[in-house]
Amino acid sequence: MIQDKQWLLSVGVFLPLAGVLVMLFIPKKDEASAKGVAIITAALTLVVGVYTLLQFDYDQSEKLQFFTTNNWIKPIKATYTVGLDGISLPLYILSMVITLLVMIYSWDHVPSPGNAKAFFILMLVLQTGMAGTFVAQDLILFFVFFEVVLLPMYFMIGVWGGDNRQYASLKFFLYTMFGSALMLVAFIALFINTGSVSFSIPYLIEHGSSIAKNTAIWIFAGMFIGFAVKVPMFPFHTWLPDAHTQAPTQGSVILAAILLKLGTYGFVRIALPILPQAAVKWAPAIGVLAVVGIIYGSLGCLAQTDMKRLIAFSSVAHMGFVMLGISTLTPLGINAALFGMVAHGLITGMLFFVAGSVKERYHTLEIKRLSGMLLQMPRMGWILGFCAMASLGLPGLAGFWGEFPAILASWSPSSVLVANGHETLFRVLTIIAALGTVLAAGYLLWLYQRTAFGEPTAEFATAGHDSHGHDSHGSDSHGSDDHGSEDHHSDIHDVSTFEWIAWTPLLVAIVVFGVVPSLMFKIMDPAVQQLTSVFGGK
Amino acid sequence: MFAFSSPIIDYHALAPELVLAAGICTVLLVDLFVPDSRRWITGTLSGFFMLAALLPVVTLAVLGDDVRSALSGEGITGRYVVDNFALVMKALFLLSGYVVVLLSTNEMEEGGYYQGEFYVMLLSSVLGMVMMASSRDLVSIFVALEFLSIPAYMMAAWKKRDRKSNEAGVKYYLLGVFASAVMLYGMSLLFGIAGSTRLSDIGEAITLDGDKIGVQVVGIVFVIVGFAFKVSAVPFHTWAPDTYEGAPTPVTAFLSVASKAAGFVALVVLIFIAFPLAYDVYRPFLWVMAALTMTVGNVVALKQTNIVRMLAYSSVSQGGFILMPLAVAFTNGNQGASLRAVMVYLIIYAATNLGAFAVVIAVSRKTRSGEISSFGGLFQYAPGLTVMMTIFLASLAGIPPLGGWYAKFGAFRAAVDAGGGWGYGIAVIAAVNAVIATAYYITVMREMWMKPVPDGDTTPIKVPASLQAALAICGVATLAFGVLPGLIAEVGSITDLAGAFNP
Repeated sequence: MIQDKQWLLSVGVFLPLAGVLVMLFIPKKDEASAKGVAIITAALTLVVGVYTLLQFDYDQSEKLQFFTTNNWIKPIKATYTVGLDGISLPLYILSMVITLLVMIYSWDHVPSPGNAKAFFILMLVLQTGMAGTFVAQDLILFFVFFEVVLLPMYFMIGVWGGDNRQYASLKFFLYTMFGSALMLVAFIALFINTGSVSFSIPYLIEHGSSIAKNTAIWIFAGMFIGFAVKVPMFPFHTWLPDAHTQAPTQGSVILAAILLKLGTYGFVRIALPILPQAAVKWAPAIGVLAVVGIIYGSLGCLAQTDMKRLIAFSSVAHMGFVMLGISTLTPLGINAALFGMVAHGLITGMLFFVAGSVKERYHTLEIKRLSGMLLQMPRMGWILGFCAMASLGLPGLAGFWGEFPAILASWSPSSVLVANGHETLFRVLTIIAALGTVLAAGYLLWLYQRTAFGEPTAEFATAGHDSHGHDSHGSDSHGSDDHGSEDHHSDIHDVSTFEWIAWTPLLVAIVVFGVVPSLMFKIMDPAVQQLTSVFGGK
Repeated sequence: MFAFSSPIIDYHALAPELVLAAGICTVLLVDLFVPDSRRWITGTLSGFFMLAALLPVVTLAVLGDDVRSALSGEGITGRYVVDNFALVMKALFLLSGYVVVLLSTNEMEEGGYYQGEFYVMLLSSVLGMVMMASSRDLVSIFVALEFLSIPAYMMAAWKKRDRKSNEAGVKYYLLGVFASAVMLYGMSLLFGIAGSTRLSDIGEAITLDGDKIGVQVVGIVFVIVGFAFKVSAVPFHTWAPDTYEGAPTPVTAFLSVASKAAGFVALVVLIFIAFPLAYDVYRPFLWVMAALTMTVGNVVALKQTNIVRMLAYSSVSQGGFILMPLAVAFTNGNQGASLRAVMVYLIIYAATNLGAFAVVIAVSRKTRSGEISSFGGLFQYAPGLTVMMTIFLASLAGIPPLGGWYAKFGAFRAAVDAGGGWGYGIAVIAAVNAVIATAYYITVMREMWMKPVPDGDTTPIKVPASLQAALAICGVATLAFGVLPGLIAEVGSITDLAGAFNP
């Protein structure tokens, strides 16, 4: 553990809250100042993040850096312990980048019913929760940050979401709450079974093996459900399509890019290293559920008629690849999983951005009503195509490096798993997962073909004069025909400036990480090697 | 055998009680001589006396003696003591009392109620609670209990011309008196066995062996049942929702927080000092009661449409969470964790629940309704109140980083610490209940944030200064206890009611 610049992570985590404090004093009507302060805060946070990147010692990325530990809740021996290693660094930075970009996008895209101040405050609170989860090195601290995310997202979906927002937000909330209740009980059980000494993750990693195997398996089960709900893994995924479809664009992007990763990160950071024997027992089950998720998610995509819902189901499939990588317990698999998390964050986040902008222009996401996007909005059409390619795992783009190595790794799982006679199972999983990539190509290309190619459908063919305003909230755009006057701006226009500012970094990152994946692999690998050493390496 | 010798009185230790007694007399006198238009002075004075009584509590805590017997002498020592547990609980009662005064100020003034008398009743009831915290003797426990209950019966019926309020008072009174009778009978049995009313003597005598097991069991069960009424544990909770709904809202806040806490203080003292060896009796009894209390409270709360009734059932269910650590106390040496869990829960729950009632009072000043639907669209015209209510509800639901999570955490920990079927069993039941509970707290949040305003009236709500103060106190406490639970670390150092064992 490297204990220099102990203040750095705390500043990075809590700076957004300082912005919230300032924003509380801005009157509700002064939306521009509220937005400005929020974006400046997010930008400053990212500056802290970049400084963290510069100060990070890449030669020792397996060690926790900027490590600090302080008393927090003495009576229960919970401490304020934060630290950053190669596993958490990419996700920590990703959360800062995504928050800033989402805020820039929101400058002229505050969803109905408005109230920019509250909306931006929620995003800043979310940012603290997400960044905090990635640096927390104490189970109680982790739990608190994990939960901090819950309420802002609930309100984001429930207040600014689509027509069915109340149902979706409640479902999101209750599912997650259920998962975290079990997770908390598992954490307490961990604490007590290691002699009630500390909740610190490094300490528990050292002493986790002293827990009796049967107990460990049960504790792992508790954590498994908590994290699996968040990921979400089949069969705990049903909240996701609803939440994603109903959430405002910003909510969907943050949900897809960061929140889902809290679950997979929990597996890699907490469940695997603390309870390795239980992980070996559970790995086959995780692998099977992951592959079921891949196939189920892909088939689900093929059945969707709504573009956003389709992207949501594709998340289930992609997170399946991530979980498959984790379940192999090999360095290759876990590296792939970590890469896949970031790649999925970039790509699916971008897809949700595009979906949001399409919805804003056409007031519908029904695939059969969208057509000829390339003719009407060539740039938007190309971006959608690019993201679809990235999402289906085209080599040369970031998505490839999450999927392909995961599939490869499952062909030769960790030696512990082989010793337990699971090799055949994993090889079967490899084949099915590989089929999943074909399905992925299928649904994404089909989506692209139906929405971007051809001529615009009749109802939008004359677009350019027929509607206005950003306030239409329903999915029904038929009524907009009566705004026929010439002086109204067209809703259907190509990518706007704010959209370009928000999207370019993501698009660039997708290419850069696709071409030079080692940028990330070399940060993560030492930490992953250390993590998997208990499983006998490859 | 009981030759009387007058006790030596430690006036410093008794100072909080004496200040309150002086307050009662002063308010009563002042009420006689001020004109109607200035009756609010009585409220201000009562608040002042609550805070004044807090002073000696602080000085006693600073002195830091582990235990002081307020009255000492042959056969008297150890019957009325001041230890850390008592101090923390006294502070809780006094502060809750102060917040209730703040909640009542406008309500009493504008509603045309008898003000002076109300505050005298409130002060008397708080005095009873403060006494309860120190009582280590069956007689003083009983006196304290009646002292805190009888004014509360009257306060519940304070809306004189309102039938529901009358119903509230009468129900509360009849069931309360019935509970007292049952308890008194149990106490007489305990006295019969131990030959003493001092709890520490009873603790030595109740060993569940010998030839009087039956009497011992009946005595324990009856006494616990008596207090189960007080803390509205299922199945002795039936008075609570009606009383809570009918009583004036500040009184409801008082009953659901302070009066309930006093019941728990008595239970804690009894279990830790009088029945520590009798866990074979109280554990299954309290275990079942805890499980039933949280589950029934929750399930019924789910279908309430009135916010006060909803909070009433929620408070029943929260009571189950407080019973949980008590039920598994003295298992695997977890009594320290159990005691802390109960105290921490009571403190955080008090801050949170009083805050929730403060918002209810503030909102109903405008809407004149107690329906949950009257909270519709609150965010549009009262964003501040909405955020406060969200904080309080989220804390009741146990969502970090608000106080409630730490309270629940402590209760879970005590249960898991106990281990075995008893401990893990109740922990799982509690975990499921924690999730059920979020459903109805969320309903209110949804109403406030996502629904339209029912009558379209979006004039802002004016929150009077005293309510603002109450909201600020509760809000800051709820947030602070959640982010830095170490603030109640002083409570954490209390591991046992040690002083009481060795008078």
